[in-house]
Amino acid sequence: MSIKNLLKVAFTAILSNKFRSFLSMLGIIIGVAAVIIMMAIGQGSKQSVRDDLSKMGTNLLTIRPGADMRGGVRRDPSEMQTLKMADYESIVSEATLVTHVSPEVTSSGQVIYGAKNTTTSVYGESPEYLDIKLWTVENGSCFTEEDVKKSAKVCVVGKTIVQELFGDKNFDAVGKTIRFKSIPFRIVGILKAKGYNNWGMDQDNVMIAPYTTVMKRLSAQTYFNSIVMSALSEELSDDATEEVTNILRRNHKIKEEDESDFTIRSQQEWMETMSSTMDTITIILVVAAAFSLLVAGIGIMNIMLVSVTERTKEIGLRMSVGARGIDIMSQFLIESIMISLTGALLGIALGYGGSWMAKHFFMLPSSVPLWSVGLSFSVCAFIGIFFGYVPARKAARMDPIEALRYE
Amino acid sequence: MNKENGQKVVIELQNVKRDFRVGSETVRALRGVSFKIHEGEFVTIMGTSGSGKSTLLNQLGCLDTPTSGEYILDGTPVRSMRRSERAILRNRKIGFIFQNYNLLANTTAVENVELPLMYNKTYNAKQRRQAAIRALQAVGLGDRLEHKSNQMSGGQMQRVAIARALVNNPAVVLADEATGNLDTRTSFEILCLFQELHRQGRTIIFVTHNPDIALYSSRNIMLRDGVICEDKENTSILDAREALAALPKEDE
Ligand SMILES: Nc1ncnc2c1ncn2[C@@H]1O[C@H](COP(=O)(O)OP(=O)(O)OP(=O)(O)O)[C@@H](O)[C@H]1O
Ligand SMILES: [Mg+2]
Repeated sequence: MSIKNLLKVAFTAILSNKFRSFLSMLGIIIGVAAVIIMMAIGQGSKQSVRDDLSKMGTNLLTIRPGADMRGGVRRDPSEMQTLKMADYESIVSEATLVTHVSPEVTSSGQVIYGAKNTTTSVYGESPEYLDIKLWTVENGSCFTEEDVKKSAKVCVVGKTIVQELFGDKNFDAVGKTIRFKSIPFRIVGILKAKGYNNWGMDQDNVMIAPYTTVMKRLSAQTYFNSIVMSALSEELSDDATEEVTNILRRNHKIKEEDESDFTIRSQQEWMETMSSTMDTITIILVVAAAFSLLVAGIGIMNIMLVSVTERTKEIGLRMSVGARGIDIMSQFLIESIMISLTGALLGIALGYGGSWMAKHFFMLPSSVPLWSVGLSFSVCAFIGIFFGYVPARKAARMDPIEALRYE
Repeated sequence: MNKENGQKVVIELQNVKRDFRVGSETVRALRGVSFKIHEGEFVTIMGTSGSGKSTLLNQLGCLDTPTSGEYILDGTPVRSMRRSERAILRNRKIGFIFQNYNLLANTTAVENVELPLMYNKTYNAKQRRQAAIRALQAVGLGDRLEHKSNQMSGGQMQRVAIARALVNNPAVVLADEATGNLDTRTSFEILCLFQELHRQGRTIIFVTHNPDIALYSSRNIMLRDGVICEDKENTSILDAREALAALPKEDE
């Protein structure tokens, strides 16, 4: 029988039992919609995390004390104090593939103005920090190298602090003096708002001061928590990492065969780590959704078995007028493929709808990747064939005489 | 006994046996049947219930294979054929008519008649429809093409079934108690149709319980316990049209 006629026969069979056909499609519809929504949210989140990270500068390199932690080895606390002033100075004077460098010391606590206070983190940095992290100052200006030399009690603050301490985020707080751990800091600049990042962290709740000030007056430490810097370009990140690694290993007198007592990570690597974490989560969710497709396939098989039994007499008749096993087989296979593909189409539509709702009502970053549509469609075609096969074969193997006699 | 006057042999059975295994027992439905049927014969097959008529007809219709013996249909030996080859043979050479019509439900007359041609790739949609319409006209249903099977009387349904059996222009038309479900008058109408087909030169094999019907055929084969007990040519064939005319008119 020609494809056109097979399609027509299958279509008629499905239509003659609309409600039942719809019920057997329902599993596929829900399964496909679930897979698509999961993938859409997974992809969307991954994309927005990447966007976030690249907003912090794609050529960002971070040096942390201690050996590479990715192996999961516990840190020895003495390793934590390996980044010293000398390292910073060597990088500034020797590294050629690095544009901006800033040592970093952090401290957190309460910041007070008059009767108001709020909890925040103080970042002790060099003035180059703003260029590295792509921050811009909206009011006033950043502190200077001069301030660093003098360990001046000045700072740059984010909008959240202005809001909390002065009651209005647009208040021009430049020149006001706030207190952190009883040390007065004069505000010299206000940062342009960045908003929340994808982990729900308020990026505007920051206070940036000269690192010398933080080290001497706040935390009394001689080492840095980390050093951040910008590679000349994103492409040169790896080369810059190597260059700086060599400088620091020499400074720390690390033998050829020993592991470094610091770790340099590029933003690129962070992005990849984040992406692969997101991918893992997405895969787990999609696999869960895919199981519902498996169940849906079993549902289709069940309905097809019922349908074959119900139409035993018709099968006998078709055989008696010359239908071969393969003709009967194709007839039922096409019917089950049609059910699963129609289900897939409806599921895809529902998936798009769900993804749209996730975005507009639940504010989730969600965008349906086109390949997930193609994938769902092919998986459903496969389900139609796989779960339609047993019923179709049952039909094709019937004995025409017995089938004709079936009541 | 058979006429060997140069007519082509359409069907030849050579000592055909068919056993059924039912549990530990073997039912020997056909115990060695041999005969030849020539082109243009109208053969009735009679016998008591359980004598093997349907089993024999299923052999002739390539719906079943003999346990032993050979069956040659229109020059082709059938026994060693594969399932799909027999399906094609049924499609091209055989028209089967059943006692209970076996039409597809919710399907129009013309679509029912088209069914065998659906499985024949040499017909396109247009040729198929034309052939179906011609076959329906031949059985007097030219004005009922689009009627659905459940909107027709028994006699009409059987005519559709006959049209379906004729649509592929088969070498032989097989009927298993084709008039068994019909009243006397309708039976005679159907019989007229078969005689008309006979006159046109069709080969017909007609299984029946009704001894009267044998009078309208050209040859009668009697079965008893799976063997032929009588095979007689009918030299004085009655005309069903006369019998129909003689029937008392039924009141509306
Ligand atoms: N599929 C089968 N399995 C077992 N036995 C069968 C089968 N088909 C037929 N038989 C047996 O073969 C014998 C002949 O059956 P068949 O149907 O050919 O009789 P019949 O002459 O057509 O009878 P009727 O006039 O009642 O239709 C019977 O004894 C029947 O029980
Ligand atoms: Mg019978």
